[in-house]
Amino acid sequence: MNDSVTLDPFEDTKRRSRFLRGTLVAGLADHATGALAEDDTKLGKFHGFYQQDDRDIRAERRRQKLEPAYSFMVRVRMAGGVCTPAQWLVLDDLAVRYGGASLRLTTRQTFQFHGVVKRDLKATIRGINEALLDTIAACGDVNRNVMSSANPHESALQRAVWEQAAALSEHLLPRTHAYHEIWLDSERIAGGEAEAEPLYGATYLPRKFKVAFAIPPVNDVDVYANDLGFVALVEDGRLSGYNVAIGGGMGRSHGEPATYARLASVIGACRPEQVLAVAEHVVGVQRDFGDRTNRKHARLKYTLDDRGVDWFRGELERRLGFALAPAVPVTFTHRGDRHGWREGDDGRWHLTLFIENGRLRDSDDRAPLSALREIARVHDGEFRCTPNQNVTIANVAPAARAVIDAILGRHGLSDGTGVSAVRTNAMACVALPTCGLAMAESERYLPALITKIEALLDKHGLGGEALAIRMTGCPNGCARPYNAEVALVGKAPGYYAVHLGGDVAGERLNVLVEENADEAAILALLDGHFAAWAAGRAAGEPFGDFLVRSGRLAAAAGGAA
Amino acid sequence: MQQSAALLSEPAALTPEQSSRVHAALAGLSAPQLQWVSGYAQGLAAGRTALAEDGAQAVTGPAAVVAPLAAAPREQAVLHILFGSQTGNGRALATGLEAEARAAGLAVKLQSLGELRTAELKRLRHAVFVVSTHGDGEPPDDALEFHEHVMGARAPRLPALKYAVLALGDSSYAQFCQTGRELDERLAALGATRLVARVECDVDYETPAAAWRAAVLDIARRELGSEVPAGNPPQLRALPVTPRYSRAHPGRAELVANQRITGRGSSKDVRHIELALGDGALRYEPGDALGVVVRNDPALVEEILALLALDGEQPVATPAGERALRDALVCDYEITTASRGFVEAWAALGDHAELGARLAPAERDTCARWLAGRQLADILHASPARVDAAGFLATLRGLKPRLYSIASSLAANPDEVHLTVGVVDFTVDGHRRQGVASSYLAERAGDTLEVYVETNPRFRLPVDDDVPIVMVGPGTGVAPFRAFLQERAARGARGRNWLVFGDRTFRDDFLYQLEWLRYRESGLLTRLDVAFSRDQANKVYVQDRLREAGAELYAWLEEGAHFYVCGDASRMAGDVDTTLGEVIATHGGLSAERAGEYVARLRRDGRYLRDVY
Repeated sequence: MNDSVTLDPFEDTKRRSRFLRGTLVAGLADHATGALAEDDTKLGKFHGFYQQDDRDIRAERRRQKLEPAYSFMVRVRMAGGVCTPAQWLVLDDLAVRYGGASLRLTTRQTFQFHGVVKRDLKATIRGINEALLDTIAACGDVNRNVMSSANPHESALQRAVWEQAAALSEHLLPRTHAYHEIWLDSERIAGGEAEAEPLYGATYLPRKFKVAFAIPPVNDVDVYANDLGFVALVEDGRLSGYNVAIGGGMGRSHGEPATYARLASVIGACRPEQVLAVAEHVVGVQRDFGDRTNRKHARLKYTLDDRGVDWFRGELERRLGFALAPAVPVTFTHRGDRHGWREGDDGRWHLTLFIENGRLRDSDDRAPLSALREIARVHDGEFRCTPNQNVTIANVAPAARAVIDAILGRHGLSDGTGVSAVRTNAMACVALPTCGLAMAESERYLPALITKIEALLDKHGLGGEALAIRMTGCPNGCARPYNAEVALVGKAPGYYAVHLGGDVAGERLNVLVEENADEAAILALLDGHFAAWAAGRAAGEPFGDFLVRSGRLAAAAGGAA
Repeated sequence: MQQSAALLSEPAALTPEQSSRVHAALAGLSAPQLQWVSGYAQGLAAGRTALAEDGAQAVTGPAAVVAPLAAAPREQAVLHILFGSQTGNGRALATGLEAEARAAGLAVKLQSLGELRTAELKRLRHAVFVVSTHGDGEPPDDALEFHEHVMGARAPRLPALKYAVLALGDSSYAQFCQTGRELDERLAALGATRLVARVECDVDYETPAAAWRAAVLDIARRELGSEVPAGNPPQLRALPVTPRYSRAHPGRAELVANQRITGRGSSKDVRHIELALGDGALRYEPGDALGVVVRNDPALVEEILALLALDGEQPVATPAGERALRDALVCDYEITTASRGFVEAWAALGDHAELGARLAPAERDTCARWLAGRQLADILHASPARVDAAGFLATLRGLKPRLYSIASSLAANPDEVHLTVGVVDFTVDGHRRQGVASSYLAERAGDTLEVYVETNPRFRLPVDDDVPIVMVGPGTGVAPFRAFLQERAARGARGRNWLVFGDRTFRDDFLYQLEWLRYRESGLLTRLDVAFSRDQANKVYVQDRLREAGAELYAWLEEGAHFYVCGDASRMAGDVDTTLGEVIATHGGLSAERAGEYVARLRRDGRYLRDVY
């Protein structure tokens, strides 16, 4: 099957879609099904949504002669995760009306709505646009939401980098007018046939494309897990440029060694004003040379490995018309968020809340959605979604802190400082019941498993340790599992592949140690390793580093260059 | 000979020549043989004898006569390629095999297991299955229903089936290739014959799968060739005696399926009921209704006995003879519906000023609405009276069978009848009240029910299969249209079909949604319009959809379409009728009066047919 040189069928779908129009308009008008035509479900990703269904009741509904309970996940494009209180209030209102009264903070610093039914899809997307946000290119074979470090300490630097991330997000947008026609009822532009995508072309990229900006020493964005990473370089406290890293990516498939996770390779450095050009031409090389015959071999990481890093740099520099500068050594120390109030270098305050698995939904004992709604009504700074599925209430005047604390207290929210480090560092993707790819539970299961792991750590006197556990319902890797110290990757209901040995800062891949473990097997495995770690660690030695050093695992191949 | 004498004495029925030929043919036949001929003729009349199915069962016993039939087309020797696929690998393999088999000149049919109707299984002769295993030994989603059916107790024997199984899986899972293994072994256990041994494939399936495909093709070429089987024998089919079951003499049917078809969020419980007509004696046409002999809920009987302080064991006289009061209340008397007649009789038994006031002639409508929201026992609670058993029974009506529009076609479901039953279940003053028939069917009926067919010749498909039809059936009113569409599909009718359905919510109340969508995809259903009243701020009903599609509706009528309405008589049928007139006036450019004449002509021509209740 791999010997064929025929294009993946989706390439033809894209080409025939008239720049992403497909039959979306007709599909939205068909009230007899909650689904869209199959091709439109794929084109829909470029518009920012995935068709899903409630898998908990899929079998029940089949017996009831009802189609699956289809709904849509709608993802916002919001570079660097920054939004204003006014925007927050709009998103909150849409979530209450159309999204089951829940918002989901993602691992790429944005919001997802889940459970939006087809008849509400247009109103939801239109509402997001009315808040001066959008959903275009939040998914699909294009550049996705651009990440930017949410670290609040060095406020001026953070802002400078975020501004570049936001500018790049705009620069890499698709130019098709389809989005505005379909969702915002804008007029079909005259001579629509002549419409063009100067950067992407009619078939866009072979696969998704992810960009992140990191500010050392914090690697909260997991910069090396992206197709293209910019690592900020600082001279005299000012942004002087970036290391450029390419070819990171998490997605793989179980049992298919030709698919693999890869950390990005650093190929040089550029100046701040060169960022747009570098990104545009990295995209261009991938557009022209990425594998369009096999979607499982289409990310930039495979292009890079098939042709070599030197070839890629050469092709890139030829297109740029200048050579990249030599990369500068940088040090990352951690990825997790620092919870609680922190003061920025400008005297403003920032409060990072712990939102377990990024799920904002009110329950009997905690009401994060309501709390943040009230805060948005009084807050005059901004909100920042962190890459760890948390939210920072940013730029608070010292006098306003008490008001925010009072609101949080009324709604049963803590700032996360009382929660164990293993829990605040954990991440889970959404998985069941809505994600069509999930093979096992993730978001709904991880909190209970963490409770059991907390007990194991306590048993070995490791209670405060901050090891990062990441769970996903399938091997595609939305919670970036493959560079975590402990990764649990869903294989079947109740069963996970266990990977161990990532590092604290996201610069080393972990290794597969158990193909198919249920909860008892996971806990037994960790129990053994925790015992050894407690007994044999060097002072302060992190779990993953210990496992590798002690030879309990073979060191993972392919770290960042 | 009484039967034939009666038949032949009807002068208009036969010419003298025909009459003498029939006499000659019938001479010397025994009584059971004559009875059989009668049934055969009836079957012929119903136009049901043209096709004999493979594997039709022979009738045994005294009435077992085998009737020669006109040569029936035998199913072309087809290789069925069926796949259950989660990730698409199974589908891709099956599609590849299909191409190879076609290239080899074989007749092939490729289908997802999700598309294979369970009834079709026993008609398969040569079938190969490509089926993956998902998760921890689970079938892929599209094969779930098929798997449940074939593994279940109701799976048919399959002695005529030759098959092969390619199992796909991932050996890192404990239950490697479980679904393929189960299927392969189960088919053998059901009497089917393996064409080639099962092959199990791991993640790197290409090589073993290719070998299996080659083996299957090789044997399929030999088995199926491209020739029609030699010496196609005359098709014989036994026609059973057809006693005429009636309300007085109901037949027996077996309850084989009782499935809720509203979603978990629905405010309503609607059941899809399937009954098996074991002896083939019940015959019906799409449009007919099924009478179901019902029993009252014993718990309700006990509640009433306690309320009235009556001994359930005391013998009482009933039209069916003497029996215990308890049994009489279960089997013979209407004790759920609170009719005006009952209230009048009950009011007369005691000093019930309140009841009397409700019965005032001026309050007739108010009283009817009040009664619609309660049952007989609620009246007993609210207005107690002392009465003996005979006195109580004297206030009651006899328990009548309940009628349901039949939701199936015999052509599509031989020996089955399907019903769509809305379960009536509500609470009055803290007492749970259920509809007698719906709760009987949904919860209390045993395996066997007593039923009969209530023919409804005024609600029939057009005789001409090319005539388009428009069907308006909100709620359980959609039932007969399921029968219509099944029948038209089975007949290969080419007339266009337009269904308008409505209910409360799209998500949970779209009765038979999957079937309509499948019909639309196959082209049988030309147009499908839906109205869900509670999914938006303003209520939308079927008549609103008809109005929106007025131009097209008028065009269909002008092209000769029949217009059918089934369901609620109290409001829907009238609203649809009004809308029909408006649509004709608007799009036909007619005055209200002329439009009224147009509608009247539709009625007269038998093109505007209603089954409303």
